[in-house]
Amino acid sequence: MFKIFKAFVKKELYHIIRDKRTLIILFGIPIVQVLLFGYAVSTEFKDASIDVLDYAKDETSIQLIQHIQSSGHFTLNKVLTSEADIESGFKEGNVALVMVIPKDFSSDFYGNNPLTIQLIADGSDPNKANTLVQYTTRLIQSFQKNKLQQIENPFLITVEDRMLYNPQLISAYNFIPGTIAFILLIISAMLTSLAITREKELGTMEILLVSPLPPLLIILGKVTPYALLSFIDAILVLIIGHFVFKVPLLGSLILLLLCCLLYVILALSLGIFISTKAKTQQQAMLTSMMGLMLPTMILSGFIFPFSSMPQVLQVIGSIVVPATYFIEILKAVMLRGVGFQSVVIEIAILLGMTIVLLALALKNFKIRLE
Amino acid sequence: MDAITVEHITKKYGDVLALNDVSFTVGKGELFGLIGPDGAGKSTLFRILTTLLLADKGKGTVAGHPIVNEYKEIRKKVGYMPGRFSLYQDLSIEENLSFFATIFGTTVEDNYDLIKDIYVQIEPFKKRLAGKLSGGMKQKLALCCALIHKPEVLFLDEPTTGVDAVSRVEFWDMLKKLKTKGIAILVSTPYMDEATLCDRIALIQNGEILKIDSPQQMISNFEKPLFSINSTETYRLLNYLRVQNFTESVLPFGENLHLITNEPYEASQIEYHLKIAGFSDNTAKTIQPTVEDIFLDISQPVN
Repeated sequence: MFKIFKAFVKKELYHIIRDKRTLIILFGIPIVQVLLFGYAVSTEFKDASIDVLDYAKDETSIQLIQHIQSSGHFTLNKVLTSEADIESGFKEGNVALVMVIPKDFSSDFYGNNPLTIQLIADGSDPNKANTLVQYTTRLIQSFQKNKLQQIENPFLITVEDRMLYNPQLISAYNFIPGTIAFILLIISAMLTSLAITREKELGTMEILLVSPLPPLLIILGKVTPYALLSFIDAILVLIIGHFVFKVPLLGSLILLLLCCLLYVILALSLGIFISTKAKTQQQAMLTSMMGLMLPTMILSGFIFPFSSMPQVLQVIGSIVVPATYFIEILKAVMLRGVGFQSVVIEIAILLGMTIVLLALALKNFKIRLE
Repeated sequence: MDAITVEHITKKYGDVLALNDVSFTVGKGELFGLIGPDGAGKSTLFRILTTLLLADKGKGTVAGHPIVNEYKEIRKKVGYMPGRFSLYQDLSIEENLSFFATIFGTTVEDNYDLIKDIYVQIEPFKKRLAGKLSGGMKQKLALCCALIHKPEVLFLDEPTTGVDAVSRVEFWDMLKKLKTKGIAILVSTPYMDEATLCDRIALIQNGEILKIDSPQQMISNFEKPLFSINSTETYRLLNYLRVQNFTESVLPFGENLHLITNEPYEASQIEYHLKIAGFSDNTAKTIQPTVEDIFLDISQPVN
């Protein structure tokens, strides 16, 4: 039996190696996608340019401006002279944020008088505007703390926030786990469903059926090579994530890889299941694209935060979309460095999904034509 | 024990009757031909017998096993060559053959005897991908793959369709040799000229078997007077003969017309009659029917 299995895997590997399209899907797409998601789809900002409308023009206001620049995240575009100039920077698209420093800044600042610094951001990109305003506010607070160390006001309540595990809010920390989940699912499911429907289309399934091969062996033989290659994909994306996007890997690597393997097998079972329903490669391709890609992208919390979805979609996302759990596991193990106990529920859910899908696929595998 | 038995098999696709009450048997070591045009139901019957489809009615056995309940046993014992070339086009001859040998739990070496005569012809190209082979070579490879596990029953669905004339002759020679090894062969073909190469044939049209017999017997049992007429004005002659009282049927066969009359005549009588009717240059002779003549005679008119 093992000999037959080996021959099947060998045959499948020949198919893969000799088909450019499969190779491109297998290795080209993941790399391109990670790089695209990593670089292009990013909510963090680098070198945001700001204008300053400085009514005070005193020593302290200049110190504040320097403090903000020295953070490395802002570059000073222009020092404005009148309120009328504020909008022009936004309109030209040069400026992400304008800070307005009031008159008598120095004296009010040291004299403990109430004072207001105005931050104006471009709200047409709300995420970015929020991040900028938050970040600037923190810089101003830290400036205030530095300068007023000696004369600390005991009655002042300051809120200090810390973004744990990702203090700089680097978006790669979110996107790399999401991308791994996304790519593995699409690649594995699509390729297996294509590979099986191809046999149907070419008529070779007819011959395989009229042979002593049990259905399970046909399925395993077809899927094993893809499982291995998808697993290599997972490692590839992890390596890019870790070394190119500097996503930390705090938890156990072995746990991470085992989870990846489980997820790959789940994705492959999905692929097999699709192929039991689809008659042609085109059908299989469309089903895996529409049925898997969209929910994975939209409902897994990968791009849109889970909490901001309507309840119905949250439920769907958390019940049906396996990527939701896998992303949870990845983030937990990679960023928070937790161990097996903390992700055991997610792992159990993925395992359950795999078993159900495999059983369904096996049950639906047709031992005859039609 | 017969290698194949088919009893009253009926199969419908929606409203279309693909097979209607088909029955026949094929003995051990017999070369049995299913002769009929495209769409006659030949492939459907093959798929039912190779356990790929379920019949709506009727039953059958292959190699002694009932086709529905013991499909697993049948799948171990038959070789099947589908109508469409169904090997892996991106694998070489060698790779295809050894893959199919392995999945049937054997090796190419073990059963090399059986395929040797065929395989030596394609062996020089064994590194070539199956998709790049000519039609004849593809069929030889497919036959090798169907034979490699020493099947008891061989199903060949239109193995010579799309194959050149020389390769077709070779192919049938191979089948004759295989027969001597005790393998029962069910073969289908739309080519009537191949029918005489079978031990027995079934003429099939529109899902119904019209006649089953050995081709020789069928030919000698044909009692109607049949003439082959050659003329310089074939088309005009055809139209003329169609409306004559003595004509039962007239059909073009290559350059000649085959005429069946409803009463016995001498060939010279026909020639004389045609000369008088203005076809000066014609020759008529009494001929033995071919399987095609018989088929056309008993098949329902196509209009």
